[in-house]
Amino acid sequence: MTNQKHDFPWVTIEDLAPDARFSLRVGEAGRDRAGLTLGLSLPTGVSNVVRHGERAVVCLGPDEWLVTAPEGERDAIVEAFATIYDQTPHSLVEISDRELTYRITGPAAFTLMTIGCPRDLSRLTPGRAVRTVFDGATVILWRDAEDAFRLDVWRSFAPHVRDLLDTGRAELAAGL
Amino acid sequence: MLLIHCPYCDETLPELEFAYAGEAHIERPKDPSALSDEEWRDFLFIRTNPKGTHYERWRHVHGCARYFNAARDTVSDKFLTTYRAGEARPDLDRKEAAE
Ligand SMILES: [Zn+2]
Repeated sequence: MTNQKHDFPWVTIEDLAPDARFSLRVGEAGRDRAGLTLGLSLPTGVSNVVRHGERAVVCLGPDEWLVTAPEGERDAIVEAFATIYDQTPHSLVEISDRELTYRITGPAAFTLMTIGCPRDLSRLTPGRAVRTVFDGATVILWRDAEDAFRLDVWRSFAPHVRDLLDTGRAELAAGL
Repeated sequence: MLLIHCPYCDETLPELEFAYAGEAHIERPKDPSALSDEEWRDFLFIRTNPKGTHYERWRHVHGCARYFNAARDTVSDKFLTTYRAGEARPDLDRKEAAE
């Protein structure tokens, strides 16, 4: 079984190392200040992503952002937001441990995503990310390139999603 | 599969990302204790259940997570329009005439 997986180069599924992740909620009045605190300008418009160094921020809703950063930057982010709290009311919740991330790459990555995601993924252009659903589980789907995706999956759903991805990959490998 | 336009994401997306959330434009009485039992029952439980255009709430639960309103034809199951929560009922006759 293991060999068979390695013999199929069209799609690769990897577990990624943990990142620091935060859920940021802030109203329109505090948006600029919150962005500045991260060293960037918060993206507006659902699905838009802004990157700064190794930090990435995706707009998930009209007043909701997901912030990802290397684990080493976690404390600095928490401290920076604590200093603006009295001037700029917001909610910054650390959710690093809530989700696991899978990376799906290769020429068949797009096809593999379609087995669980009902969206028209051709309209999710590279560089953007959305919260959507993957076979019933809420996920954050990042499209990093034409044939590179990342899935942030809540821990309790992760075994189900991973099994489904592995099954889909095996079916693609078998030419189904 | 039904496609639903989310007024916050400004995208037309599969029904699987959404959850139905009951009839729209039902305002909670300002002073519930002033109501008779029948009026309170009507507020809690009695809905219009029309054959035709129905104004209803939906939530883009696997997406931006926002509640919004929709006008849907209960006969054809077609969405006539969707609009943001807090906005007035759209004038569908005028909308149709314009199209
Ligand atoms: Zn939405």
